[in-house]
Amino acid sequence: MKEISDLTFSEDVKYTKDHEWAKLSNDIVTIGLSDYAQDQLGEIVFVELPEVGDSFSKGDEFGSVESVKAVSEIYIPISGEVVEINEDLEDAPEQVNEDCYKGGWIIKIKPSDLSEMDALMDKAAYLDMLKG
Amino acid sequence: MRYLPHTQEDIDQMLAKSGQSSLDGLFTTIPDELKIKKNLDLPEALSEWDLDTHMESLASSNIACRDYKCFIGAGSYDHYIPAIVPYLVSRSEFATAYTPYQPEVSQGTLQGIYEFQTMVADLLGMDISTASHYDCGTALAECVLIALRKSKKANKIAVSSLVHPSHRQVVETYLRPSGFEIVEIPRTQDGLTDAAALEAMEGLAGVAIQSPNFFGNIEDLSAFKTIADKKNLVFITSFTESLAYGLLKNPGSFGADLVAGEGQSLGIAKAFGGPGLGLLAGSKKMMRNLPGRFVGRTKDANGDDGYVLTLATREQHIRREKASSNICSNNGLNAMTAAMYLATVGKIGIREIAQQNHDKAVYLKSALEKAGFESISDSPFFNEFVLKAPKGFNSKRADLIQNQCIFAGIDLEPYYSDLKDHYLFCATEKVSKKDIDQLAKEVQ
Repeated sequence: MKEISDLTFSEDVKYTKDHEWAKLSNDIVTIGLSDYAQDQLGEIVFVELPEVGDSFSKGDEFGSVESVKAVSEIYIPISGEVVEINEDLEDAPEQVNEDCYKGGWIIKIKPSDLSEMDALMDKAAYLDMLKG
Repeated sequence: MRYLPHTQEDIDQMLAKSGQSSLDGLFTTIPDELKIKKNLDLPEALSEWDLDTHMESLASSNIACRDYKCFIGAGSYDHYIPAIVPYLVSRSEFATAYTPYQPEVSQGTLQGIYEFQTMVADLLGMDISTASHYDCGTALAECVLIALRKSKKANKIAVSSLVHPSHRQVVETYLRPSGFEIVEIPRTQDGLTDAAALEAMEGLAGVAIQSPNFFGNIEDLSAFKTIADKKNLVFITSFTESLAYGLLKNPGSFGADLVAGEGQSLGIAKAFGGPGLGLLAGSKKMMRNLPGRFVGRTKDANGDDGYVLTLATREQHIRREKASSNICSNNGLNAMTAAMYLATVGKIGIREIAQQNHDKAVYLKSALEKAGFESISDSPFFNEFVLKAPKGFNSKRADLIQNQCIFAGIDLEPYYSDLKDHYLFCATEKVSKKDIDQLAKEVQ
């Protein structure tokens, strides 16, 4: 595993304490795993995705990520309905390792309460949490 | 892996290492009041000679199919077991019920299970098979749980009333504490599952159909697949007679998502009802939802083929309470037996055996009809069928068991209260024309 200083933390996304990120763009929120999360998990071999149309409340488990050593649940950063899932992950789950903020996105949701975004951490706050 | 008991020397070494002076020292964490201090209420030890005599007398109080003409199946079938199967499987290296964790010392067993999985997947036309379960009932219960877990909204599962009654009971036992609901699909006059009734049901996560069903009849799986697709249900099929798929179109070709089956017919003795062999196979999209062990083939450090347990992240020792099942055990020895049986009979052999079963069952049915029994349906069947018996058959049947060494059908009334005087008959490759003619003459 890498040192925190060797990991990348995108500036234009918000982070959760469970290491997901959320990015708002044109009323749609894209969700993925942070570089820290993918690095901790190791080589990812499978991502279990929800279905388009499923609704979740903030903090709900919406899928899981399986690496060669463990399976971890992933939790939704804000409430909403799934409008798109990253189907490329079925054949190329390693994208979560290789390109976690772009090609490795997991789902897109239509948020039901945008103000929930305010409770998420920015890069500085997330880094503070990681450094403990 | 061989079973090697510990010698006193082994035990002494382990005690020395753990710093204990005796075995009792290992149990000091158990509160004293929980320990049994008096002797167990057991008879005095027998000499080997006396014990042998005692066991013989117990064994001879049973009646076994070996000495009888068996015309009953209903989930446990009297098939011929080729001599090579018990010879091979009784080798001590195979004598464990468990899947081996350590590939470095278990390549033989792991390869055997891998071949078992491959042959089961082939037989059923499915993408993937587990390394086995206890029996069809427990495998079916796991399938039902998968369907319910996959569906986030529905909490009901439709199970055909023509799924084996014991298997339905197992499913119910699994589901009762969970808040899930089983809805039973009624049967038609023809001894088939009522597709129209399923069509009318709402709020289902999945549907389970047995084919050949408990009455021996072959269900129209393609019709049920159509309904399952329309309602977005997980389509589960089950079977109690594996050899049927030597002849019938396999569940995979009908688009089954999950298949649970009983593998007892594949070289495993009836043994008074168990242990059986649970088969469980799935389509690729179910791979990560399946419970239990999988053995996979890979390359070792030298680039040679090697076998290991794989996809273990689904399992209890890694996923804890989120595991797909809390039963990780399998029936390793019986799975190995089935693999040996399938390899022995081969693709052509299994078809021939299946054809013989069917032909003899057709002959048995017509012989009994001539003897006064009444057919209740013209539905196609494999090696079992239901007949309505003429008056007085029940006492005749008891007499045949007592005095003629013939098991003539099972009474369906305890399972279906409206089926008084209806009996389920079976013919396997082991019964001869002479046996059938004799039965028909006896019951005339």
